Amino acid sequence: MSGASNLLVGLAMGLNLLALASGRLPSIIRIAAAQGMVLGSLPLLLEGEFRWLTVLVAAGTIAVKGVVIPGLLQRALRAANIDREVEPLLGYIPSLLLGAGATIGAVVLAGMLPLLPEHAGSLLVPGSFATVVSGLLLLMGRAKAISQVCGYLILENGIYLFGLLLIRTMPLVVEAGVLLDLTVAVFVIGIIVDRIQREFDTLDTRKLTVLRE
Amino acid sequence: MKALGLILIPLAGALAALAWPSDRTRPWLLPAAGACHALLALALLAFPPPVAPGAWMGYDPLARAVLPAVSLLFLACSVYAVAYLGLHERRKNRGFVAGLLLLLGLISLAHQALHLGLLWIAVETATLCTVPLIHFNGTARAFEATWKYLLVGGTGIALSLFGSFCMGYASLHGGGAGDLTFAALAAQAHLLSHPWVAGAWVLLLVGYGTKMGLAPMHTWKPDAYGEAPGIVGALLAGGMTTTAFVALLRVRQVVDAAGGAGLTSRSLLLMGLFSMLVAALFLLGTRDFKRMLAYSSVEHMGILSVGAALGGAGVAAALFHVWNNSLTKGALFLSAGNIRRAAGARTVDEVGGMSLVTPVSARIFVVGMLAVTACPPFGPFFSELRILRATWAGGHVAGAAFFLTFLFLAFLGMSRLVFAIVDGRPRPAARATGPRFRETAGTLVPPLVLLGLSLGLGLAAPAALQQAWAAAAQTLFPAP
Repeated sequence: MSGASNLLVGLAMGLNLLALASGRLPSIIRIAAAQGMVLGSLPLLLEGEFRWLTVLVAAGTIAVKGVVIPGLLQRALRAANIDREVEPLLGYIPSLLLGAGATIGAVVLAGMLPLLPEHAGSLLVPGSFATVVSGLLLLMGRAKAISQVCGYLILENGIYLFGLLLIRTMPLVVEAGVLLDLTVAVFVIGIIVDRIQREFDTLDTRKLTVLRE
Repeated sequence: MKALGLILIPLAGALAALAWPSDRTRPWLLPAAGACHALLALALLAFPPPVAPGAWMGYDPLARAVLPAVSLLFLACSVYAVAYLGLHERRKNRGFVAGLLLLLGLISLAHQALHLGLLWIAVETATLCTVPLIHFNGTARAFEATWKYLLVGGTGIALSLFGSFCMGYASLHGGGAGDLTFAALAAQAHLLSHPWVAGAWVLLLVGYGTKMGLAPMHTWKPDAYGEAPGIVGALLAGGMTTTAFVALLRVRQVVDAAGGAGLTSRSLLLMGLFSMLVAALFLLGTRDFKRMLAYSSVEHMGILSVGAALGGAGVAAALFHVWNNSLTKGALFLSAGNIRRAAGARTVDEVGGMSLVTPVSARIFVVGMLAVTACPPFGPFFSELRILRATWAGGHVAGAAFFLTFLFLAFLGMSRLVFAIVDGRPRPAARATGPRFRETAGTLVPPLVLLGLSLGLGLAAPAALQQAWAAAAQTLFPAP
């Protein structure tokens, strides 16, 4: 586990906090895209030797997480012509504090869990936990559909980060299937956003309140 | 190899549906594929095929104990779908028919998946392919329901992947070579790292529990069931939820073997009882009869979870209850669909006197309600009795008392709503829309047959089925 990969994971953890503090939709999308690219390039550093398959996985991840999905989100944003404010349900300062708390908690928790010797000094495990929690915070703490999708993306990034621990031993079939499924999931969410926008004009999920007890 | 047919038949049907040119004749593909699937599933129930050791999928005892129920439910729904889509002639149904068949294929795959990753892929893709089915009606409310389904369900599915990875790491830490089949994990159980296994269980319980609709992760359910067409509601409540339940049972086997039996049974019992409580409270309050079915589904998932918490006897009873839930809930959803169409509304404030507008559907609805709230001699009574007995035998006296109380509250809530809709005088709206949606054989026979099957299971469950349930419970919880 090299210092370079830890640097990248640390960068991803910083991007979590940036996303939680950010108040405008375009910047959240850019942050999620940047995080996707950072994580996509990680397999190249983790694998000692050069393998085409690794390069392919990395390129695919960067393309999907860093380019395609953010592009779709940007398009939805333009098409909807909506206010760029994020409109938090949970304020920026509380989200940031919770995010920072989660980051510290993740490091502590990872220190307590039994890790294989080769993963002991790595930031992969705490980085993954912190990213998952940040994603969940964004998912629950923001009103607009697009920022929720970004939260979901960051949640996925956290899970992907954890998956990197297993990339060598677990069959690649699982990894590939996972990538495909996650892609489609967000893609479909994007389509739905498209439809919701046509139906409601704004992307404010707080207006989705007809159905309740 | 034959078991593979259970997946390939519906997938071939889905491809055929995509290629089929005519909207009018396409729905007939559903009963055709459904009948083949049901015949094969029942044949394999009677003559179990061998499962190769180390295989990633196979028709093992657990799949055998559950999948035929879903298959029968799908067959009934597919016959109903022909009549239903006939009523909506002008609407394009290519995606709908293909989506239903794809869903059946993926549910069959999920039930037969013996590999942690493959199981996740099957549940994930099944979730995605139900998305277009839920917003088939295309209304603003349907979009809202679909959005919530995707967001809540998507988060659940993401957490279950995280849980699967944690289980993978537990295996890696224990010196595993990366074999994630349940058999291999269970064989390696004593080496698995405990904290990771516990973490994996919590994440998988939350993740697959969301798909199952256990409280408090059930929030997507009333919306999705309320807005989706009756067939889709029936397949979600009787098909999708069973895949998540089977997934939890399979994972539980590994966690128990790794020494987490106390954790799994406590958490399942608590979540089960909590789901029953939440469902009972909402059943007492809701005024919408399609949302009522969703809360009833939450209640029954709670019952399954309680059963699963109780070891061998409880699991066998829970598998029996899976059948009862699928068949009875199917009858309720299909008859509720008939009533909703004729009434043009869904709340007790706008609907009444349906025994005069749709006499047969109203009767099926009342009898179905009695069946699902565990009135003898229908199946649910006997499976819930067995679960209650297992609760008692397990020494959970307070649990048994809560179980009975919640069942009683749910009965009060459901009967209040059902009789309010059936009795009284028809409202003006129903007088206007009722004649347009007359009851036909196509919309009446499927729920009647499902109700009949539920009655049959109560009166005399076939020996082959009893053996299948016992065998599945035996493989999951080998008697000491």
